[in-house]
Amino acid sequence: MKHLLTIEGLARAEIDSILDRAESFAEVGRRDIKKVPTLRGRTVVSLFYESSTRTSSSFELAAKRLSADLVSVKAAGSSVDKGESLKDTIATLSAYDPAAIVIRHPHAGAANLVAAWQSEAAVINAGDGKHAHPSQALLDVFTLRRRLGSLEGRRIWIVGDVLHSRVARSNLTAFQAMGAEVTLCGPPTLLPRGIEELGCDVAHSLDGIEDADVVYALRMQRERMRESFVPSIREYAANFQIDSRRLGPRQLLMHPGPVNRGVELSGEVIDSPQSLITEQVASGLVVRMAILYELLAASGLDEPATGGPEGAPGAPTPIGQPA
Amino acid sequence: MSAATNQALTPVGEALDSRAGESPDLVLSEALVLDPVAGIDGRHDLVVRAGRIAELAAPGTAELEGAERIDASSLHAFPAFFDPHVHLRTPGQEHKEDVETGTRSAAAGGFCGVIAMANTEPPVSTAADVEALREAAREGASVPTGFLATVTKGMEGEELTEMAELREAGALGFSDDGLPIRSAGIMRRALQYQRLCGGTIALHEEDPDLSAGGAMHEGVVSAALGLDGVPSVSESTMIARDAELARYEGGRIHVQHLSAVESVEAVRAARAAGVRISAEATPHHLCITDEEVRSLDATRFKMNPPLRAEADRQALIAGLRDGTIDCIATDHAPHAAEEKEVPFEGAAMGVTGLETAFAAVHTDLVLPGTIELALLVERLAGGAEPFGIERPTLAPGSEANIALCDLGAEWTVGEDGYESRSSNSWCAGRTLTGRVVVTIAAGQVAFRLRSFSVGAA
Repeated sequence: MKHLLTIEGLARAEIDSILDRAESFAEVGRRDIKKVPTLRGRTVVSLFYESSTRTSSSFELAAKRLSADLVSVKAAGSSVDKGESLKDTIATLSAYDPAAIVIRHPHAGAANLVAAWQSEAAVINAGDGKHAHPSQALLDVFTLRRRLGSLEGRRIWIVGDVLHSRVARSNLTAFQAMGAEVTLCGPPTLLPRGIEELGCDVAHSLDGIEDADVVYALRMQRERMRESFVPSIREYAANFQIDSRRLGPRQLLMHPGPVNRGVELSGEVIDSPQSLITEQVASGLVVRMAILYELLAASGLDEPATGGPEGAPGAPTPIGQPA
Repeated sequence: MSAATNQALTPVGEALDSRAGESPDLVLSEALVLDPVAGIDGRHDLVVRAGRIAELAAPGTAELEGAERIDASSLHAFPAFFDPHVHLRTPGQEHKEDVETGTRSAAAGGFCGVIAMANTEPPVSTAADVEALREAAREGASVPTGFLATVTKGMEGEELTEMAELREAGALGFSDDGLPIRSAGIMRRALQYQRLCGGTIALHEEDPDLSAGGAMHEGVVSAALGLDGVPSVSESTMIARDAELARYEGGRIHVQHLSAVESVEAVRAARAAGVRISAEATPHHLCITDEEVRSLDATRFKMNPPLRAEADRQALIAGLRDGTIDCIATDHAPHAAEEKEVPFEGAAMGVTGLETAFAAVHTDLVLPGTIELALLVERLAGGAEPFGIERPTLAPGSEANIALCDLGAEWTVGEDGYESRSSNSWCAGRTLTGRVVVTIAAGQVAFRLRSFSVGAA
C-alpha cells in the first residue's frame, strides 16, 4: 500500500491489519510515555484546504506520537491564499522531502492528483470534496469492531444527507468490505441517483430502522434548506431525526461529528450509553497512527536508515517482520 | 434529411476564408477511393487539376503533365472532413489557440473546413468582430474557416445581436455555444428574426438550473465519486423546448454535441414532426463513457456536456446510424495546462479533438465492427450542409477536398506533440490505428504528414 486515497481497493485483510496495528497503538496510549520513535527523522506534511478540527488535530498528533517532524499548512494565511496552485504548493512542500502528505481539499480527486504528481511521499486523503474520507471510515470500522467483534452480517443504517457526504461513501464501502449489510436512508433529494447500484439498500423513511444493529447519522447542514434539498430543517428532523423513541436499547449510535444537536440527533441519544461518538474521536488518533505506520514504516523496510521501531519498548513491529 | 437551409449550398472554399495559396495539380495514383454519398467505392487514380477533382481514372492510367504523383496504393482517399464546431479561442485567449494553430490542427486531422464558435473574449457579437476574424483567416488559416456570431449580445442571454448586419459581414450562423439560451422568449425572437436574415442557429442545450455545478454525468459513477452530476434531462428538456419553438416559428436549428439517450430521442421525435433540425455528436461521446472519470486523476475526461453512460453512447451510435445525428463534430476546445492540472472538480471543461477525430472513431467504432467505414466517412463530412455549405465530395468536377488516410498506421497520440497550441486531448497517450497523411482543402495541400514520403514522379 503506497497511498491511502479511498477505501475502494482495500481488501478486508488489509483493513484488519491496519486496525490490528491501531489496537497495539491503543495499548501504547495507555502508558505514561505515549510516544514511539518509529518515524524519527521523517517529515509529515499536513495540508488542509478546508477547516477541520478532528481530522487535522488527530493526524497531527498521530504524526507527533510517532516522532515525525510535522509541517502543518492551512489554506488560510498561506501562499494558497495568494493564488498558488495546488501543483505549485505540492512542488514547494516536496522540497522538504516529506515521507507523507496528508491532504484535505474541497475538490474530489485532489489527493489522487497529488499521488500522480510526485512519487516520493505517501499521500493520505483526509477528505476530498464529497468523494472520500477513508481514515474516517477506518476509525469507524475500528470503533465498531471493538464493540461488536466482527461486522459480518451486521445491519448498518446510514441516515441523512448522503448526497453531500464523503463519510457516507467511504463508510458504505468499508462496512461492505467488512461483511456488513448497509442501508442508506434519507429524503430522495439527498440520496444520489444510482447509489443503489453500489450494493446497498435505499430507504426514504426510518421505517424498519429497528432491525439495524448500528445507526450512523450524518451531519445535516442548514444551508441544504436554502437549496431546497429539504423544505425545512423542522420537517427533516420530524422525519429523519434519531431520537430516543427511534433508537432501541440494543442499537449502537454513531456520528462523524460535529453534531447538530436537535437536527439529525436529539440531545438525549447523543449522551446515551448506546452512543459511540466520543469513542469514535478516541479511535481517530490510534487509527491515524496505524495508517501512517502502515504507509511509512512498512514501506520503509526497504530503506535501512529510516528509524524503525527498534528501541521503542513494546512498539509495534512492522508488518511482515517476525514479532 | 438534407440541408434544410434556405440558401443554396456553396462549396467550402467559396463559403469560407483561408490563406491564399497554390493549387498544385496532383495524381493520387491507385488510391482506394471511398465517397459513400457520391456512390464511389473503388481503386482509382484520383486526378486533381486547378483545384478541382478532374477525373477518377482507372488505376495506373492517369497521366497529367507537371502534376505531382503520389503513390496512394496503400492509402484511402475520402472526401475531406468538415467540422462545424471548433473553438479557435481568438480573440482573447490566444494562449490556448488561434486561427493559425487551430486550423493547422484541423488540417492534420483531415478537415477541409471548420466553423469557429463565438464564445471568445469578448464574444463575437458585432460585424467588426466577424470582419476581423475573417481577415485573420485570410491571413493565417490553413483550411477554410467560417465564423458564427453570438445569438445574444455578449452571450448575456438578454438582447439579440444585430443578426442581419452580422450575416452581411459574413457570419455563417449564430450560436451562444458554451452557454445555453436560457430564456425561451429570447430563443423565440431569434427564430423569428432568422426568417429575415437566415443563418442556422446552433444550440448548446443545457438547462443551467438542472446542471448547476455539475462536473460529470449524473449516474452510478458520480454517485460513487460524490461529484455533482449533470443530469441527462438538463440537455433533453432544452432540446424539446427549442424543437417546439423552431416548429412553431419555422426556424432552422442545429443541436450541438448530443450526449444522452433522451437527447437522441428528442431530436428523432422533432425530425419526425417535421422540424428543421440537425444534430452533431463528438468523437469522445461516441467512443468513451463516464467510467473514464472513475480514477479522478485525468481531467482530460472533463468536458461539457459530460461523458455519459454506456447506454447513452449506444444511443448516439444508433443515432449516427439512422441519420438522427447528421455529423461528427469535435467541439475542439483547447485549454492551457494550468487550467487542467487541477483537481477534477475545479478543472476547465473541454478537450481537443481535431487531430484525432478520424483515428479515434476508426479505432473504437470501425475496427471492432460497430459501424462501417463508409458511415464514419459520411458523418465526418456531414457538418457542412447544416450551415449552407456543400458537402465535400470526390465526384468529378467538385472542389478538391480530400483526406488521404493510411488505415493501418498506428500512432500514439501526443507522442510527436500537437499542431494545436494546447495538449488537452481526451485520447492523449492512446495508440490509435488510422492516420491522415495528406489533406487537400479547397484545392490546396493543407497538411502533409512529415514522415509521409512523397512518391517520386
